[in-house]
Amino acid sequence: MGINNYFFIALLGCCLVTAIPRVLPFAFVKIVKLPARLVSFLEYLPLCILGALLFQSILVVKAGVVTFDLLKSIALIPTILVAVYTKDLMKTVLVGVIVIAILRFFF
Amino acid sequence: MTGNKTFWGGIQSCLPTVLGYIGIGLALGIVGINSNLTLWEIALTSIFIYAGSAQFIFCGLFLLHAPIPLLVSTIFLVNLRHLLMSMSASQSFLDGSFRANVGIGLLLTDESFAVLMTEVARGQKITIRWMNGLNIMAYLTWILATIVGGLIGRWIPNPYAFGLDYALAAMFAGLFIAQASLSISAKGKSILFVLSTVFVSLYLFMYIVSPEIAILIATLLGCTVGVMIHGHK
Repeated sequence: MGINNYFFIALLGCCLVTAIPRVLPFAFVKIVKLPARLVSFLEYLPLCILGALLFQSILVVKAGVVTFDLLKSIALIPTILVAVYTKDLMKTVLVGVIVIAILRFFF
Repeated sequence: MTGNKTFWGGIQSCLPTVLGYIGIGLALGIVGINSNLTLWEIALTSIFIYAGSAQFIFCGLFLLHAPIPLLVSTIFLVNLRHLLMSMSASQSFLDGSFRANVGIGLLLTDESFAVLMTEVARGQKITIRWMNGLNIMAYLTWILATIVGGLIGRWIPNPYAFGLDYALAAMFAGLFIAQASLSISAKGKSILFVLSTVFVSLYLFMYIVSPEIAILIATLLGCTVGVMIHGHK
């Protein structure tokens, strides 16, 4: 099966460091009550984290300069329009993938 | 999305994100097999790490045979945002049992978090069964997609030509728009200040720190501005 030691130790380590941050807040949710201020802070979390993830997906760091990936940025325009007007995630993903594939075919 | 808060209702709520998981899962499988991971190893990373961006980085560092402390600490930083998401998501499961809550936390992803918080913002009642349906459907889709990607990866060395990698950006776009329109209708135009903060600080911090840390800082700053504006109202 070709599962070597290096892979196995790396997997175990990565499993722990991905599982612990995910589980910890859930494990202690009954014991530790978050202060009201932190709860209202977290209200903005979904919006901010999705905004950051989306924005970063069109950025590239090239030779120490942060620039926009041109094709990805262009493809984002129809993708966002579909998202706004259809509110349909599946159509949004389909349009995004098709548009970028077409753009990359030509450029 | 659906008033049905059963396990099946959760599976239904997952369906819109399935295409995104498949696209990016295929891309990951293709990258994995071309990073000298075996099909088994790809499956194991999906089962035990279960985090897209972390698994891509795992492939890259595995190929380089990077020292394990570097690999593990990089993955830790990449996934640190899950700590914030879990803190936020766990507030919807205050009366869940320890075991049920740990199960939900283990399978929480960017996407299942977004789907959950969109339901919360719409004022829907959240059940553990529904959340499990949502999470488990995503988990199985992801594992399967990465394995299939590994199978076809021998013939497709470059997943980028097919735009599969863009499934992630497109999915974030869809999830973001849904969240943004709900936030704007709930909190008004002040949300635009929050978003500007996120975008500008993300761009600037990309110069100074790693992309993952830039995401964390931009998110924290955005939330801070949100609380400040909200506090002034």
